[in-house]
Amino acid sequence: MGKLEKHFYDIGLLDTLAGQDTAVHRLDPRAKLITTMVFIVTVLSFGKYVISALVPFVIYPLFLLTAGNLPPGYILKKILLVSPFAVMVGIFNPMLDQNTLLTIGGLSVSGGWISFTSILLRFFLTVGAAMTLLAVTGFHAVCMSLEKLGAPRFFALQLLFLYRYLFVLVDEAVRMVRARSVRVFNGRGMGVAVYGSLLGHLLLRTLDRAQRIHSAMWCRGFDGNIRILKPLSFGRTEYVFMAAWILAFIVLRLANFPVWLGSTVAGIMG
Amino acid sequence: MHMADALISPAVGGTAWAAAAGLIGYSSRKLRDGMDDRRIPLMAVLGAFIFAAQMINFTIPATGSSGHLGGGLILAILLGPYAGFLTLASVLVIQALFFADGGLLALGCNILNLGFFPCFVAYPLLYHKIARDHRRKWLVVTGAMIAAVAALQLGSLAVVTQTFLSGISELPFRTFLLLMQPIHLAIGLVEGLATASVILFVSKAKPEILRGTAGEAQNGPASLRGLVAAFLAFAVIMGGGLSWFASTNPDGLEWSISKTSGKRDLEKPSEDLRAVLGDIQEKTAILPEYGLKQEQRRDSGKPEPGLPTESVVDLGSTVSGLVGVILTLLLAGAAGVLLKWRHTGAGRRVPKGS
Repeated sequence: MGKLEKHFYDIGLLDTLAGQDTAVHRLDPRAKLITTMVFIVTVLSFGKYVISALVPFVIYPLFLLTAGNLPPGYILKKILLVSPFAVMVGIFNPMLDQNTLLTIGGLSVSGGWISFTSILLRFFLTVGAAMTLLAVTGFHAVCMSLEKLGAPRFFALQLLFLYRYLFVLVDEAVRMVRARSVRVFNGRGMGVAVYGSLLGHLLLRTLDRAQRIHSAMWCRGFDGNIRILKPLSFGRTEYVFMAAWILAFIVLRLANFPVWLGSTVAGIMG
Repeated sequence: MHMADALISPAVGGTAWAAAAGLIGYSSRKLRDGMDDRRIPLMAVLGAFIFAAQMINFTIPATGSSGHLGGGLILAILLGPYAGFLTLASVLVIQALFFADGGLLALGCNILNLGFFPCFVAYPLLYHKIARDHRRKWLVVTGAMIAAVAALQLGSLAVVTQTFLSGISELPFRTFLLLMQPIHLAIGLVEGLATASVILFVSKAKPEILRGTAGEAQNGPASLRGLVAAFLAFAVIMGGGLSWFASTNPDGLEWSISKTSGKRDLEKPSEDLRAVLGDIQEKTAILPEYGLKQEQRRDSGKPEPGLPTESVVDLGSTVSGLVGVILTLLLAGAAGVLLKWRHTGAGRRVPKGS
């Protein structure tokens, strides 16, 4: 519970990071969004026993991390926090697929362990890319570019407002849970009856809040448009950024860089 | 139940994305027609409410464990199917982006599994028909229970199907199914209980909230005919999309054939399959001395004639492969350090010069 709470507050830091002003931050959000999607699709298009060809892809999140001046520890911690799920689903592979695929100095490695490693690697790459994208773009800009890319405005607005009120309501829920926990003895009162009225009250308050928000928006002349401070402009830099990265992904998809590098080095040494 | 990117193939993820995007567009259009501009903040705070509600637990009767609300069904009850679906989709987008709860490519799957079934199937066909006007307590409880269980069973069935079609996880279809369905029966009962308890409270405290959506569901896709049509369209998209991918990807096709023909162990493909694919394998095996066994070569990538693919050589020659991986990581790290150094260097230089 406390952990989840902290997790929520941690998100605020993503917004702070997105407020920086580096070359990557200045790029049009659409370019970053599309490039990241291409990255994820490319990474996931590899076969299930692939490990070495996936490794070079780490360069893209690493690039966003360094060029966007993000703290690596924080991003890594966020990825690790959610990794148990991938471990849980992938952990069956070593048990189910036990034929040996690889022998390293007498130690045989089964296909299951290889595909498990591959799953973990994919997980780190895709989640890392999504996290860094958010930290160099900001959620408002992501929503706005979603709308510009053809998502219904209704949906983009919904996303934006949901993000706005997330923290307010989570704060309220945390207070309610704390209040209940100090009044509960021996588990009495943790049941579904109290839960129903607790959540029901939260819901009623939520609905009142929606009404107030609506009046406040109406007063301030809200017309259904998202406005952000940085104007959108899709110029040459954006095209170069996208073209260069997508080309890099294609090259890395087709040629196994580590194996090439390894055999070249082995050739020179031998 | 949120699916992660690591377990899904681009073909399945892309098809589900298309279907989910279509449903979002359709729902948005439906809502815009009868637009009441109080809707946007209402949907937004209810989405946030789902997040908040997931932080509050309750003790499940007769067991030691605790449960919480999932959200799909209650959103459909409070907002109607279209707005409920959009709200749940937005919740899932935020969960995917900020909490890595379900991946970005898997987002389409998650929106279908967790949003489509409760909002467009369980709510109009089951809950709405059973609970009617929320006046009788036991009808609300029964309706919520049945609808939640049905929605979660369908959802987890979809998860199993999508995982199976992707072919990344090693779990056999039957085992995975037998693992998922009973767990989600329990989760469904908890979900139904939680939903019913909140709805009962609201129906006592502020019944007018529920009255608003009860009428709206009539305009929703409550008719069986509409739903069947939607399902058919979905099946056509799914079939079309998947077969297109399959035809450009002999690996996936071959894989699904070997799966559906009941051969669980991929290590021993049948002779005719080998004959069909042997030719392609010969062409793609540029570096046969990195010898993997035929079977694994077939599994490990997308053999496209004429193109050098990584799959053939992946993990083949162990030593050079490992050395290469380590060198690549070192190079990437060095590039990162260099970039960082240049970045901070430039940052320092600029104020000095100006």
